[in-house]
Amino acid sequence: MIDMNHCLILSGLLFCIGVVGIFLNMGNVIVILMAIELMLLAVNINFVTFSHFLGDLTGQVFTIFILTVAAAEAAIGLAILVAYFRNRKTVDITTNQVLKG
Amino acid sequence: MTFQIPIALITFYAFASILIASAVMVISAKNPVHSVLYLILSFFNAAGIFILLGAELISMTLIIVYVGAVAVLFLFVVMMVDFKAPGEGLSGSLKIVAGLIGSVLICETTFLFCTWQSSPFAKEGLTNPMPEGRTNAHSLGDILYTDYFLLFQVSGLILLVAIIGAITLTLRDRTRSRTQVISEQVGRDPKETVVMVKVKSGQGVSHD
Repeated sequence: MIDMNHCLILSGLLFCIGVVGIFLNMGNVIVILMAIELMLLAVNINFVTFSHFLGDLTGQVFTIFILTVAAAEAAIGLAILVAYFRNRKTVDITTNQVLKG
Repeated sequence: MTFQIPIALITFYAFASILIASAVMVISAKNPVHSVLYLILSFFNAAGIFILLGAELISMTLIIVYVGAVAVLFLFVVMMVDFKAPGEGLSGSLKIVAGLIGSVLICETTFLFCTWQSSPFAKEGLTNPMPEGRTNAHSLGDILYTDYFLLFQVSGLILLVAIIGAITLTLRDRTRSRTQVISEQVGRDPKETVVMVKVKSGQGVSHD
């Protein structure tokens, strides 16, 4: 039988990988978006784990809402990225910064 | 007594190890296309883990929504946008900071979750206990369309706002495109555009 702690550790590891991915790819916006997706996936695994081991369906309902919001967030983020690329001809956010400060 | 092979456990470990490995590849791959493909792999493995945990509906939704829509969206954007100049990369100190933050977080979560025990009274206060003899999708639909109906509608509204926002952000006013402008067509004066010519037979029309 699958242990509850194994699932929790798996989701914790996945979340940490997402956090490290944001720091490792500071200049690459699209990889940052993918790292955010990984973190949301880790949260979903956590919710489903508790839902399964406690026998309660609320966690799965919440997971569905998280999926919805994550899809909306990815669409908006990618749209912003495309608009940025159209204006600046690059997606590198570490160089050629416009804002001073 | 026969020795039973713990198939569920082996499957879980296989899914989990591939999930972690592909997640590491997502954040460390040089080519963003490879990152997206590893992201798809990790979504598939997460869907497998969800099936092992008895959440079939969410597993299928994950595959349909994420692999079918979001990952394909990522793939489109990666191929549309030019990633040839990735900048000078990170400085060494920032990488050390990233590794430090990551290792501290991993230690914290592992210490927390290794000894996690749910309260023995936790099962007494369940708001939506899983009903017996019903499939996962059936029981989820029972509460999703009744108790959580307002939240369900609001999430649909969020998707609508996201659609409008994404279209507004990326829509370009194409001034040079050859779209049809009905009002200009109808408002033209026939006298300026058409010349009526009487043609005598056998002479033809001379054009100046």
